[in-house]
Amino acid sequence: MFKLVDSAVPVACWSCSIGHNDSTLFCPHCSKIQPPPGGDYFSVFGLEPRLNLDLPALEHEFHRLSRKLHPDRFARAEENEKEWSLADTALLNDAYRTLKDPLRRTEYLLKLLGAEIGDGLKSKAEKEARTPIYLLEEVFDLNMQLEEMRAARASGEADPVLASALEQAKRKFDLMLQTVDEELRDEWSAWDAGDDAERATSQKTMVALLDRRRYLSNLVRDVTETLGA
Amino acid sequence: MKEIMTEGRVVGIDLGTTNSLVASMEGDTPFVIPGVDGSNLVPSVVALDPIPVPMPAQGGRPTVTVGNSARKALIESPERVIYSVKRLMGRGLEEIQEELELFPFRIAADVEAGEVPRIQLGELRFTPPEISAYILRQLKRNAERFFSAPVTQAVITVPAYFNDAQRQATKDAGRMAGLEVLRLVNEPTAAALAYGLDRAKTGTIAVYDLGGGTFDISILNLRDGIFEVQSTNGDTHLGGDDIDNLLLAIALNEIHAEHGVDLRLHPGAVQAVRKAAIEAKIKLSSDSAAHFNIELPNGDSYQREIPRAVFEMLIEPVLKRTAGPCKQALADAGITPEQIDEVVLVGGSTRIPAVRQLVDELFHLSARGKRPHTELNPDEVVALGAAVQAGILAGASKSTDELLLLDVTPLSLGIEALGGTVARIIQRNSTIPASATEHFTTGVDGQTNVAIHVVQGERELAEDCRSLARFDLKGIPPMSAGLPRIEVKFLIDADGILHVTAREQRSGQAAQIEVKPTYGLTDEQVESMILDSFDNAEADFAKRLLIEARNEAETILAAVERAPESPAWAQLNAEERAAITAARDRLTQIKQGEDAAAIREATLALDQTTRRFAELMMEAAVSSALTGKTMGAANEELTEAVTAPHAMAPAEFK
Repeated sequence: MFKLVDSAVPVACWSCSIGHNDSTLFCPHCSKIQPPPGGDYFSVFGLEPRLNLDLPALEHEFHRLSRKLHPDRFARAEENEKEWSLADTALLNDAYRTLKDPLRRTEYLLKLLGAEIGDGLKSKAEKEARTPIYLLEEVFDLNMQLEEMRAARASGEADPVLASALEQAKRKFDLMLQTVDEELRDEWSAWDAGDDAERATSQKTMVALLDRRRYLSNLVRDVTETLGA
Repeated sequence: MKEIMTEGRVVGIDLGTTNSLVASMEGDTPFVIPGVDGSNLVPSVVALDPIPVPMPAQGGRPTVTVGNSARKALIESPERVIYSVKRLMGRGLEEIQEELELFPFRIAADVEAGEVPRIQLGELRFTPPEISAYILRQLKRNAERFFSAPVTQAVITVPAYFNDAQRQATKDAGRMAGLEVLRLVNEPTAAALAYGLDRAKTGTIAVYDLGGGTFDISILNLRDGIFEVQSTNGDTHLGGDDIDNLLLAIALNEIHAEHGVDLRLHPGAVQAVRKAAIEAKIKLSSDSAAHFNIELPNGDSYQREIPRAVFEMLIEPVLKRTAGPCKQALADAGITPEQIDEVVLVGGSTRIPAVRQLVDELFHLSARGKRPHTELNPDEVVALGAAVQAGILAGASKSTDELLLLDVTPLSLGIEALGGTVARIIQRNSTIPASATEHFTTGVDGQTNVAIHVVQGERELAEDCRSLARFDLKGIPPMSAGLPRIEVKFLIDADGILHVTAREQRSGQAAQIEVKPTYGLTDEQVESMILDSFDNAEADFAKRLLIEARNEAETILAAVERAPESPAWAQLNAEERAAITAARDRLTQIKQGEDAAAIREATLALDQTTRRFAELMMEAAVSSALTGKTMGAANEELTEAVTAPHAMAPAEFK
């Protein structure tokens, strides 16, 4: 199922011609920069795929690699090295941006494992179309209140009762978000420690949790925007 | 030739809206390279020379004056002069309509939609990058003169909030000026570098950069010599220019209402009032009031006192526009004002006390016993930082070896999706270089083309974002709808400029991409606008220095030759006139020799002795522009003063 970096295929270094594992950014023999390796974001940092990461260590490694890879270090290098420095640094930055954020990290790992996660090139409306059944009633009520609130704003009236009802709804959804986050954290540890079967179960749970989270945070955003308008 | 190129110096250039500077490293310290007139600032003003001087070095190109002398021409022949061209860089015709109301830009009328606007200067037309190239060439020459060696590589700063097209236009300008642009650096980041060089510090810095025409705010983390930008925000059309325009509008309206004179009909007079407005603004940073005292064509004089309190009330709406971006940058960095350890002020407009007050409030500074950093000259700090970055790229110095700048893209990159909405593929504030890979397919059987529209911005609808380019993926093998899988890779490089590559995965065929930048010059156009290839011929460098030195000498000698015909000449005392004559004779003699440095030195000496004379002529020009005399008889008496190109007048306003 999970495909780790294929280290079986040696690649010859462009500079010293000695074969090396293709997941490396620098030739282990002559230290020259290499074209972007084919591995995943975790392998850029020499890590196994994991959901709990040591963030200070990740940042330290990001800085260490940046110093070596950044195009600023290759401003006067040959064209091919310049190009690889750019590609490698883009990969490093993309990897760091994804892994340092727990939610992006989780989505990324699940996608690597073949899950469909609700964004991609869809419009905002498409992404938000699915309302979970257990929230149908509350979301219906909330949308009514939001409409009323916007209408009241438009006509210049203040409606303190409505505002406080919305504040209350916001608090409630905020709490639900917190619960989702706690459940997600539990799943990270479960996945990290689990065997294949346990991981498969955990993945399903996480996909559902992420869907729910996205939906809730959109609700919270709408309420915040309407209240703050 | 390659050897020479790679061994050469890399200079740092601040290509500003109002002033431009060039700087370099001396050991571990950055410094600004002065121009021939000894001034560090080169006003970003370009004037087309009134009489085409045949110069072999120009390769048939029109000759222009850049800097202080061009600024003088602004009042005398405004139709041949352009300033604040940075506001037009990388922008389309429909985007610049607002600017046209406030600036005397004359855009050629017959430009088609999607074409780069051209500015009419006298009888000729120039694209904004060409105008910027003239400024860059002047800076390049100043550096070459200073080092007595060719300079072919540079780091150029841009506002952090510049979009892709504005960045590309700046790079194009560099190429036209004969400079290989090794990196575009964001101005606030450069300022942080200039400050951070001599302190091995850790902390969070906010850089508030309010320049002549642009506003940027950047928040950085500094740690172990790594400057990591967390977030940036800004407004590429907000700056000191807007304050000048406010004062100018008030003066023009009051003059019209109270004296029945519409100065707007006289571009030269408007520029003279604008100059008075700028002087008033500068005075109000130190004094509690400033005065307008302007003589009008009908003999009236317009008198107006502007107390600082009134000034502050006037400019409040302009300054307030900087608050939103600051708050957004803090929010994007995920921090509160209390978590900002230091604030750095950049840009001439941060000298205004009301600006400092606002910054203090935004970042809760005095409440925490802190003060913003203003130790480095706010006009120079960006150029100094550019020099540090140039040092980093050249890898020449130990002090810069440990430094590294990790900057971000200021605007989200997106693709127009169905229904005109935007699908974001790279979020704003992502560390650059950054990339994103997207897959596209066909909607109709046998379809061989897919059109992609790339936009930059934060709005939900593509039409509200900045259109960057339309890509046509061509040569897709005919297949059933939805079967082709075209992988498109978007890469934002370390300059913040987008590159796109595409590949059809099922057939393994590389899809061809035809890139149509929404606004911008093609490679061929840039090539055709390169100012002069002579600039790049290293072998001829010494010869060129000598030719340039002689040209400069001849220009000033010609002006001095005509000086006695000017009414200003009579205002000089005998001693001053004798000094000018002596300096003139010395230069005339030295000019015959082959020593470029000696010619420059003698030119500079003559320039210094004629400085008061130049000022007197300037005053005469201003007052005649205001009284409208240039249209009438006074024109004759002033003609010589008007056309005398004085290459090295001192800076009149900072």
